[in-house]
Amino acid sequence: MTLWIAIAAVAAGSFLLKAAGPALLGERELPPWSVGVIALLAPALLAGLVVVEVLGRRWADLDWTVPVALIAVVGARLLRAPVLLAVLIGVVTAAALRALTA
Amino acid sequence: MHEKKESSLDGTPANTGKTGPPHEKKESFLGGMRVGAGLAAAAFVLAITFGATAREQGWSAVAAIIASILIFSGSAQFALMTALAGGSGVAPAIAAAMLINARFLPMGLAVGPSLSGGRFRRALQGQAVVDGSWVAAHQGGGRFDRWRLFGATIVQWPAWVAGTVVGVLGAPSAHLVERLGLDVVFPAFFLALLLDELRASRLALIAAALGGAVAAGLLWWVPAGVALVGATVGALIGLRGRTPSEEPQEARA
Repeated sequence: MTLWIAIAAVAAGSFLLKAAGPALLGERELPPWSVGVIALLAPALLAGLVVVEVLGRRWADLDWTVPVALIAVVGARLLRAPVLLAVLIGVVTAAALRALTA
Repeated sequence: MHEKKESSLDGTPANTGKTGPPHEKKESFLGGMRVGAGLAAAAFVLAITFGATAREQGWSAVAAIIASILIFSGSAQFALMTALAGGSGVAPAIAAAMLINARFLPMGLAVGPSLSGGRFRRALQGQAVVDGSWVAAHQGGGRFDRWRLFGATIVQWPAWVAGTVVGVLGAPSAHLVERLGLDVVFPAFFLALLLDELRASRLALIAAALGGAVAAGLLWWVPAGVALVGATVGALIGLRGRTPSEEPQEARA
């Protein structure tokens, strides 16, 4: 039940977020301070998401193969690999390390 | 600026100058679909992981598929799932997902003038804004090709939903997911998005470092969803206004 509430809330909220700009534009603009904060929400949260995914509660999920795989992803992106390929390289790196050390 | 656009029947070359006569619209739309095809392939694969992980975490197949149909946002859905899996009640999970989608507000504002019709119609057209399409439709100088936007999005949505269906039906076991390294997909995807954000400004780097550090610290005391919401304090660095490097272009439109 909570899951359905969460899905409905996020769906409705996303709809409104996407609708707000096009519907309101022309009448008002966001205050400048909020534009700066909104622009930085994504990097702050994405970093948080990476950390949460890698560490887990009380850092219990930490598995050394994951950070190594993520370094491979960064390397691939720096070499201009497309996102999907970079993700794939990360996956293969983790799988290979686990197979080798199992 | 207030452009009244004729949203009109397809044949009328009434409007805008932006999308021009019908054949140009069609070209824009088809061009969008071509760009969208690549994005759709990526969305399809990510969605498989979403569906499989959702099943593994006890979501019903229907819930996962409905989520993809209605939310249609990888980062929000992954954030929602990460937060819920961390065992922190529903409110922080919703907050985390909404906050990560807050970027659609400025993106929608940017696209607004390039859409057509009245408020309601523009609000509906705004639903076509997803990251890849938004970038693809940008013509520079804050102008967007809306038909390209529609074309790019219209191929991604079914791919996203179809991938989710494949993921929930295939639903590999947790053990297999780990052996194949598929658990790396989420963090790798987030990291790839993060790298793109970091290119935008030095402030983004500070925000990310702060957000990551706060989340890592909070994980000792609170569930994942709360830690994620805590990570947003990193964004408050934006209150300091512009980066030094941005100051010269003070008079931005």
